[in-house]
Amino acid sequence: MSSKRTGAEAVAAKGWFGAHRWLLARRLSQGVILALFLLGPLAAVWIVKGNLAYSLTLETLPLSDPYVLLQSLIAGNVPERLGLIGVLIVVVFYLLVGGRVYCAWVCPVNPVTDLAGWLRRRLAIKGSAHVSRSARYWLLAMTLALAGLTGTIAWELVNPVSMLHRGLIFGLGAGWTVVLAVFLFDLLVMSRGWCGHLCPVGAFYSLLGKWSPLRVTASRRAACNDCMDCFEVCPEPQVIRPALKGAGKGVGPVILAANCTNCGRCIDVCSKDVFTFGMRFDNRPENGTQTVPKTAADSN
Amino acid sequence: MPTANNHSSRARSPAANTQPLARRQFVLDSARLFCGVGLLGLGLAAYSKQARARPPLAIRPPGASAEDDFLGACIRCGMCVRDCPYNILELARPESPVATGTPYFTARTGPCEMCEDIPCVKACPTGALDHSLTDINASKMGLAVLADQETCLNFLGLRCDVCYRVCPLIDQAITLELRPNTRTGRHAMFIPTVHSERCTGCGKCEKACVTEEASIRVLPAKLVKGSLGEHYRLGWEEKSKAGGHSLVEDKGLIDLPDRLPEGMKLEGHFDPGSDPLPAGMPGNAPANVVPSLPPGLGGPGAPAGAPRGGSPSEAAR
Repeated sequence: MSSKRTGAEAVAAKGWFGAHRWLLARRLSQGVILALFLLGPLAAVWIVKGNLAYSLTLETLPLSDPYVLLQSLIAGNVPERLGLIGVLIVVVFYLLVGGRVYCAWVCPVNPVTDLAGWLRRRLAIKGSAHVSRSARYWLLAMTLALAGLTGTIAWELVNPVSMLHRGLIFGLGAGWTVVLAVFLFDLLVMSRGWCGHLCPVGAFYSLLGKWSPLRVTASRRAACNDCMDCFEVCPEPQVIRPALKGAGKGVGPVILAANCTNCGRCIDVCSKDVFTFGMRFDNRPENGTQTVPKTAADSN
Repeated sequence: MPTANNHSSRARSPAANTQPLARRQFVLDSARLFCGVGLLGLGLAAYSKQARARPPLAIRPPGASAEDDFLGACIRCGMCVRDCPYNILELARPESPVATGTPYFTARTGPCEMCEDIPCVKACPTGALDHSLTDINASKMGLAVLADQETCLNFLGLRCDVCYRVCPLIDQAITLELRPNTRTGRHAMFIPTVHSERCTGCGKCEKACVTEEASIRVLPAKLVKGSLGEHYRLGWEEKSKAGGHSLVEDKGLIDLPDRLPEGMKLEGHFDPGSDPLPAGMPGNAPANVVPSLPPGLGGPGAPAGAPRGGSPSEAAR
């Protein structure tokens, strides 16, 4: 391994823009969503009202966060009609595109932890506290149990995700300390600590999108030159190996792990264009075993 | 292919050898996670208990359920904040003592303007603000209390009346009750008096109070509202309910002993210290009679010299 920068090969092969396409799209998505929320309070243009817990777009389209409403339900409260319609729309959306699309394309904490991850790589900070990646599911169970035991949505008192988003729109106050804590934790204590190990919001959405059809697939995995750049940039690198290296074990090329966030960084950073977005159904083990043109591998 | 096969077999064989070890590791890891998360949960539960103690001056929007239910229902979306035409509501920030992200207003700086269509309640997607509240005059956001009688100008004998005048339910939620001004001996005091069954807790009185610190304040009802007790009956109310017919006066109930200063005689009153016990009282009854019933209700007989003047209903007043 040389000391080259991660993604340098991709930039050389595809140009800077080609090697950052999905990253730019993602930042655009995060920015536009936040801007839509901010347009009301800052410029009095009320396209979207509310925040990620519940919002009303153009006074007609309700969108609600199924996780917080589930906690509310467990705490003993049934939402009103609009709240329920909002849950339905959001659940169907993430069932289709993948639950953790919320994490990579919507969540306002993602740029914070991505920045921490990027700095960690640039500053070559090694060493990371070891906590299982399944800790988030324990935390998820704890927040749901707590809602039932206390009869309140206890998690929302401290949830950094809603605290940041609500704070940006309604006034952050001391919420920035929590965001800073998450940033420093990811930078200095645990690599990809918050989003990749602990966040119960992400855990909830990963379960929601477990069977989603839209997936990243290593459709040209035979072309992989083992440069490891995808593992380096991936926030959930454990999801790549089965699909990328599974040809010999009869595993298909589609990344099926629920914790893939569909962020597309692996697509960007691969100089050999191994990865693409695809459908989970194109998952025959023989797919991607030979170096074939992308289009042929994709068609079923 | 051969390289891949080699790789997988190499990976599999040590795994097979160390399977009990792996299981042990899994159990240990799980236990560790369970403990860690459990501790976090305990901390969060304790914090959530703290967060239920809402500071008295933070008032929930109209239709808000009791604090415990509210914290289980409100998802902190801020729709009520957005739809309040007077911008009085805000979402609590993490450093505020109000539960993070929940809506509240402060009467002294911006009271509820009592919109007839109650847009904040309509905007709520969870029912944390009760959608069955359609009459803003029936809302119960809190209860106004004339908290400081030392500084209230009307209590000082002046005619300020501002709280009374600004009250959206003037003469119902706040009335002025006349009392003699004993300081001057010749004037009346107009005492602002809050009636809890009509007060909505909108806070306009607190906002309008002219004293430097508000003398009338809106506080959570459970903090200030007394309760008489189920068993209390007010004689004059019972009397009017019974069509002006007293429930006690003609029952010949016993007049209980009054303790008087030594040597003082009050006509018609019984002093156990100096008077002989009347017939039928415990201690003066025939030994074989148990005075289980009071005289007049089938007991041993009415006490001697219990006149109509000191009737019990009078004493209750």
